[in-house]
Amino acid sequence: MDYRVRLEVFEGPLDLLLHLIKKNELDIFNIPIAQITADYLNYIKLFRKLNLDFAGEFLVMASTLIHIKSRMLLPSIETVEEEEPEDPRAELAARLLEYEKFKEAASMLKEREIIQRDIYGRLPMIPGEEEYTIEASLFDLLDAFQRVVFRAEKEVREIIQEDLRVEDRIREILNLLENRRFISFETIFSGQRTKRLLIVTFLALLELIRLRMVFARQAEPFGNIRVYRAKQELVAQG
Amino acid sequence: MEREELKRIIECLLFFSDKPLSMDKLSKIIEIDNCDEITGAIEDLKREYELRNSGLQVVNIAEGYQICTRSEFSSWVSKLHKSQTTFQLSLPALETLSIIAYKQPVTRGEIEKIRGVDASCVLRTLLERKLIRISGRKKLPGRPILYGTTQEFRRYFGLRDLSEIPSLDEIKPPLTPTLYPEGRG
Repeated sequence: MDYRVRLEVFEGPLDLLLHLIKKNELDIFNIPIAQITADYLNYIKLFRKLNLDFAGEFLVMASTLIHIKSRMLLPSIETVEEEEPEDPRAELAARLLEYEKFKEAASMLKEREIIQRDIYGRLPMIPGEEEYTIEASLFDLLDAFQRVVFRAEKEVREIIQEDLRVEDRIREILNLLENRRFISFETIFSGQRTKRLLIVTFLALLELIRLRMVFARQAEPFGNIRVYRAKQELVAQG
Repeated sequence: MEREELKRIIECLLFFSDKPLSMDKLSKIIEIDNCDEITGAIEDLKREYELRNSGLQVVNIAEGYQICTRSEFSSWVSKLHKSQTTFQLSLPALETLSIIAYKQPVTRGEIEKIRGVDASCVLRTLLERKLIRISGRKKLPGRPILYGTTQEFRRYFGLRDLSEIPSLDEIKPPLTPTLYPEGRG
C-alpha cells in the first residue's frame, strides 16, 4: 500500500540546520558540532528511509559539519600567541544568521503577497513588446527548427554545392540584427532551401545563444520565438 | 487646464493602464511639467473614490498610480478571473526573491551560496513571472548573469518603491543573539 508521510519540508541543508538549532535551543555561536552532526545525519537517514528525494547539497553540508568537527579536534599549528585562533564554526554561524534574515524577509513578502493578492488591476489586453521574456529552451528551439525544416522540405529538392561555414552564418545573423532589436526565428531561415544550409544556420544560432550574443525568447511556453540582440557592447566584443 | 478636467483625464489614464503609471509618464502624456499639479489631482481623485464608497481605488504602487479593485470585493472578482488568485509563490521563490531584492544586482552563485541550494529552477519561474529581470552581467570570469527585481515585483507586493521594505539590519530573526559574545568580529 502506498501512503505518504508529511513531515516538515526543508528548503535545504541550511534550513534543516536552523530547524535543529531552534528545536534544541542551541546557541548559534557555540554550536555543539558533534550533537548537531548526529542529528543532521539522522535526518538524512530518515530522508532515505522515506524514499524522499534529497539533493546532494544535504550531503555537502554533512561533510562540512564533519570537516568543522575535525578542525576543532586538531590543534592548530600556526597559532600566534596573541591572536585567538578562529573558531571553525564562525563561518557556518554567519551563514546561518544571514540565511535566517532572508527567511524572515521572505515571510514578510509572503504577508504582502496575501494582502496584495486581493487587489486587482486591469489585465494586459494585447501582449506587448516586453511580453517576450521567457528564455526559449533548447527543446523549444529544436521544435521551431523542425517546423522550418518541414516547410523547406516541401518546397525544393535540388542539389546545390555550397560552401558552408558556421562563422559566415553567425555573421549573417548578426547582420540581420544590425538595426533591429529582434527578429523572428523564421526570418533567420527565410529563403534557405537546403537542409545543410538550414542546419548550419541553426548551429550558428545555437552558438550565438551560447556566447550570449543573442537571446531566444518567447511570450509564452511553446509560443513563437524571437531572437533578440544582446547589448551592443557584447556584440562588439564578439 | 481646469483641475476638474485634469482629474478626469488622469482617471481615464489610470483606468485604462494595465500597470501603474509613473509620474514621468503621466506628465508626458498630459503635457504638464508641474508634478504637484498632477499629484494634487490624483489625491483629489483618490478621495473622491473613497467618499463615494467605490468598489475601485486609486493605488500608489511600483512608483506609479493605478486604479484597482478594493480587496473587500476580491471574492467576486476572483470568480471572473481564477488564475490570478490560485497562484501563490512558493517558499523557495519567496526566499530567492528576498535575496534578489536586497542584494541586487546579484548572480545565481551568490543566491545559491546564501540559500545553500540550487536556484536555477526558481530563477526561471521568477523570470517567467516577470518578478525579476536580467539586469546585466558581472565582470567576472564567465560573465555571470546579474538579476534584479522589476516593476512587476513592486506591483505584486504592493510596494511604492524598495525603500518600503525594512533594511536588512532592521530584520531581527529569532536566532539573532541579543548579546554578542565579547571580542567577536
